[in-house]
Amino acid sequence: MTVTPAPTVTKPLLEVRDLRKKFPISRGMFRAPTEFVHAVDGISFEIAPGESLGLVGESGCGKSTTGRMLVKLTEPTDGQIVFRDGDYERDVAHVTRSELKDFRSRVQMIFQDPYESMNPRRTIFDTVSEPLAVQKVGTVPEREARVLELLRLVGLTPPENFLFRYPHELSGGQRQRVAIARALVMNPTFVVADEPTSMLDVSIRISIMELMTRLARELQVSYLYITHDLAVARYMCDRIAVMYLGKIVEIGPTEDVLARPRHPYTKALLSAVPVPDPSYKRTPVEIKGGISKAINPPPECRFIARCPFAADVCRNNPHPPLEEHGPNHQVACYRVDEIS
Amino acid sequence: MTVISVEDMSGRSVDPRKPLLEVDDLVMHYKIKAGEVSAVDNVSFTVHQGEAVGLVGESGCGKTSVALSLLRLLPSNAEYISGQIRLDGQDLLQLTDNEMRARRWKDIAMVFQGAMNSWNPVYRVGDQIKEVLDTHFRGEMTYDEQRQHMEKLFAAVGLPAEMLDRYPHEFSGGMRQRAVIAMALACSPQLIIADEPTTALDVIVQDQILKELKRIQHEMGMSIIYISHDIAVIAEVTDSMGVMYAGKLVEYGDTADVFARPKHPYTYLLLKSTPSITGPRRQLAPLEGEPPNLLDPPTGCRFHPRCPFATEKCAMEEPPLADIGGGHRVACWHYEQVPDLEEALVR
Repeated sequence: MTVTPAPTVTKPLLEVRDLRKKFPISRGMFRAPTEFVHAVDGISFEIAPGESLGLVGESGCGKSTTGRMLVKLTEPTDGQIVFRDGDYERDVAHVTRSELKDFRSRVQMIFQDPYESMNPRRTIFDTVSEPLAVQKVGTVPEREARVLELLRLVGLTPPENFLFRYPHELSGGQRQRVAIARALVMNPTFVVADEPTSMLDVSIRISIMELMTRLARELQVSYLYITHDLAVARYMCDRIAVMYLGKIVEIGPTEDVLARPRHPYTKALLSAVPVPDPSYKRTPVEIKGGISKAINPPPECRFIARCPFAADVCRNNPHPPLEEHGPNHQVACYRVDEIS
Repeated sequence: MTVISVEDMSGRSVDPRKPLLEVDDLVMHYKIKAGEVSAVDNVSFTVHQGEAVGLVGESGCGKTSVALSLLRLLPSNAEYISGQIRLDGQDLLQLTDNEMRARRWKDIAMVFQGAMNSWNPVYRVGDQIKEVLDTHFRGEMTYDEQRQHMEKLFAAVGLPAEMLDRYPHEFSGGMRQRAVIAMALACSPQLIIADEPTTALDVIVQDQILKELKRIQHEMGMSIIYISHDIAVIAEVTDSMGVMYAGKLVEYGDTADVFARPKHPYTYLLLKSTPSITGPRRQLAPLEGEPPNLLDPPTGCRFHPRCPFATEKCAMEEPPLADIGGGHRVACWHYEQVPDLEEALVR
């Protein structure tokens, strides 16, 4: 499943340009907000057809907001999201209400919590077939056949036994399989998966990860895989983008980023990941303090307050742009060549 | 005044061969409407002075039930069926409620999962720590001494003293967990039980908290029991570890030894299914099936329905937790068949 993006041959499935989302901080009913959380602050990236991109970072870095904007669950403040699917080409921000149905048949989402993302009063059949009903696809028997096919595909066998069960009768892993079936029932080309395995136990996590990888290959689906767990991202993604306070600070091929991180934040993040091997000796990267909120952030590099390598060039210039440092590997840091 | 100070805590003489806590054949059930859940079944292990012990397992395996059993903080529908929990030779299960209350915090403290829920949101954090001191050193410490002591505790976990006067919501997740650790240290306990101490935290903060706990453990000569679902965290911080499955301890031993030579099929499969950011990108093996229902656990070995090495014997007879040399204990009839992990991973 290694697809290197080749923009000259095929156009990317998804092109994100300078995407921003600001959330106002309410100061009372009659006062206009003066402060904003810059949750996503001008990020750009591309996803090639069939490719999976991992979006990693700590809580509050804006990764979920990005994912929600790509599926049009949150409206961007500014920027462009161009989505292509064959002849279909739209700027997601300008998909109108009447076009939304068509858009949603191509783009889907899998949520983190399999306990909260399903209506407890509806059967598995209702849940999985709802997109078909909304899109008015097929007759009821046809829908049932399609749901059975999907349930078999996601490993809920025999599927007949699951059709008329309720979410509370299923385990966490089984529910997440239902969520995957629901996301795939319309044959989407692009799926945003927001921490789909973080609520699951290790043994179940691997089977869900395997399932998602297999389906991506078989059904030609691209993922934006949002996770805080770099070890999971390693197994799910062709490329990884690291976010920090609304900015992408590093993006590149997965193994390359993990083996040769260039941005000081990526280095710190990787050095903090616990390793399941007691004999492994880590090289600690000391960074100061904890993550803050991106409320009206100063123009300089977002990481400056915690960066052990911060120098005058960082203080006197705006947030560094993402620049090529190696094949397909971009880093947003002025001092990247001096520190590695 | 001869109560305690943080200085006194450090340099407690530690004899790593001396047992501090001995858990012997602990059996504990929860009574629910549908019947009895055998949540902890025949669990035995020993924590030595200054040692960090890990208990690892998936949700519902009984690891938190073990932790709560040690402190006698179980809900009212729980029942100790048999076993002993000896702290410095004294069986905690024989103590009256009042005697046990006097030992909690003073001898055994707990760092709970989910730092937000460990605090009462309407009291200042300092006042809540003071409550522990009030309870255990009634009349022995003046207000100023208490304040001084709390400032030292906060300094020990890397928090500024003025945070004592703040409310829990003013703390970030990591700071809150530091404050929980400060409270656990308040009476200089010999043993801290840390139940998923870093689960809700981001990796960088998790790393800081684990380092802090490790430093405190060594400086103050304390023993820690870490409870976690994350085998990588256990690898980082513990000296010995136990693996739990469906209420049973299935493997126990030196952490390095268990990771290098897992001998229970469950441990082996757990390690094989744990992704890592280091080393070659290896094939992960999923564990088929789901954990059993403890209202009606499988006969024989509780892991046999999911075990690739299971034979008829496994379904009939329960394997004992037997020593296979060097204190490495495994509850499996076929542990010799479990292949070498390294070979399997390189394959």
